[in-house]
Amino acid sequence: MLNEYDLSALVVTLKLAAVSTLLLLALGTPLAWWMARTRWKYKALLEAVIALPLVLPPTVLGFYLLMALGSNGPIGGAMAWLGGQPLAFTFAGLVIGSVIYSMPFVVQPLQNAFSAIGSRPMEVAATLRASPLDRFFTVAVPLARPGFITASVLGFAHTVGEFGVVLMIGGNIPGETQVLSIAIYDHVEALEYGHAHWLSGGLLLLSFILLVSIYTINRRFTLMQQVEHEH
Amino acid sequence: MSIDCRINIDRPNFSLDIELAIASTGITGITGPSGGGKTTLLRAMAGLEKNSRGYLRVGDAIWQDAMHFTPPHQRQLGYVFQEASLFAHLNVQDNLQYGMRRVPNSQRKVSIDRAIDLLGIAPLLQRKPTQLSGGERQRVAIARALAVSPKILLMDEPLSALDIQRKREIMPYLETLHGELDIPIIYVSHALDELARLADHLVLIDNGKVKDSGAIGDMLTNFDLPLARGDDAAALINGQVSGHDDEFQLTYIDFAGGRFTVAKKPLAIGHPVRLSIAARDTSLTKQHQSDTSILNIFPATVQAITAEGNSQVMVRLSAQGTPLLSRITRKSAELLALDKGSEVFVQIKTVALLA
Repeated sequence: MLNEYDLSALVVTLKLAAVSTLLLLALGTPLAWWMARTRWKYKALLEAVIALPLVLPPTVLGFYLLMALGSNGPIGGAMAWLGGQPLAFTFAGLVIGSVIYSMPFVVQPLQNAFSAIGSRPMEVAATLRASPLDRFFTVAVPLARPGFITASVLGFAHTVGEFGVVLMIGGNIPGETQVLSIAIYDHVEALEYGHAHWLSGGLLLLSFILLVSIYTINRRFTLMQQVEHEH
Repeated sequence: MSIDCRINIDRPNFSLDIELAIASTGITGITGPSGGGKTTLLRAMAGLEKNSRGYLRVGDAIWQDAMHFTPPHQRQLGYVFQEASLFAHLNVQDNLQYGMRRVPNSQRKVSIDRAIDLLGIAPLLQRKPTQLSGGERQRVAIARALAVSPKILLMDEPLSALDIQRKREIMPYLETLHGELDIPIIYVSHALDELARLADHLVLIDNGKVKDSGAIGDMLTNFDLPLARGDDAAALINGQVSGHDDEFQLTYIDFAGGRFTVAKKPLAIGHPVRLSIAARDTSLTKQHQSDTSILNIFPATVQAITAEGNSQVMVRLSAQGTPLLSRITRKSAELLALDKGSEVFVQIKTVALLA
């Protein structure tokens, strides 16, 4: 069964995933909206930067983050200069890492959902007296609902499952930066296969349940829209 | 209230350069070949075309001039798009209320109940857009646009996405709007039959420019325009019901040039009606024929004659000021020695009652 360390790793993991998902949605929504509508020349460049974590080994990303967030790095140094702590080996550092690492999983579904809406419903809302912000929240967001569900679930699940970045910048401090994926690794190192089984099985089940729920919800939504097209 | 509109749009391979004074009452039809700029003009009036320059005044509100550009959501207009474009996440009632809720109380002139009533959509209120037919959706879209109490209603080919049956279903509602509401309507369409039924004024736009504009009856019979050509060429007559004949089941309709006799219609005396007379359904005689089955014969003066292909000509006539068209063979025109100013009798075989 789970011991005290496993439980605190579970709490840290869920907290990290929840905070990161909220931040990802807050940052990713305007970014995805802008990317879905802009005709900016260098859009491809930005898209590539956001998608980098998909192809980059997580340790590479983690290494650069460690350099940036540590006391000698630009961000960590700035924090120290302002009288704060360097961000490496802290929960805040983990959040920053997770947000960057999971960004494509949030931005891409949102961008696709916003693109699929097209400009027409927004124009209709404009002729019905809705200001730009008003029509974003009352038309674009509800119509992009499947995108938001996919983005939240993927962002959350991907953060729960991350290993390389966390290993590099987290430092594996119990109760602070030790997450489940690393706890599993530690158990295996220590030949505690029973613990590793419990944690791995739990994560497997959680991921499966999350994915089944997105596919079910989105399928229902797609079917609804198909009915509309057949009319 | 009048509408003054000067709009300029320059795009790499299209430019729009329109100057137009639009009537403050009735329906102004905008027609012309596709790609000519009809829809772009309408979108520019709504403020949906960002790089349009010019001047737009609706009543006492200036929506656009050199100094400022009122964004679409601050223009008091209603817009009906080609596809109904109802909000998929809202039911009919919430779609109707979306715009109305955002209109300040002092500006509300059309109540939501009135809009529902005019378009006959009361039974649909709780449905989702997916549960409506194409015609029903477009009626909801029209009601939604009316519920914002617009100073002007812009309609972009509202019927073109519908089949003939759905069109027939919506037409009467549009005619009601025309009669019941004091809101000028700008109605873009390439379908002359729709415009002949609905429009009072017509603007012909081609290649980004206004080719001509005027009262629809004059525009449809103007030989300088492509409208008065071909198989569908027809003249419009506005008249009113002047009596009924119960024995023969007939209705009489008076207009400036005389009295029409048509099959009986259940219309009150004095009711205004619009008739369409196709050029191909008329013939001309020099003398008034009395031994003919044709009942509708009117004296008229030839105003102009133009060739229609090799064997036919189109003749424009004036029956006491009302323009009429007649398409006859070139041979007949020569045998009758028709020329500008000739006095003739127009025999009308078929009359279509439009509204």
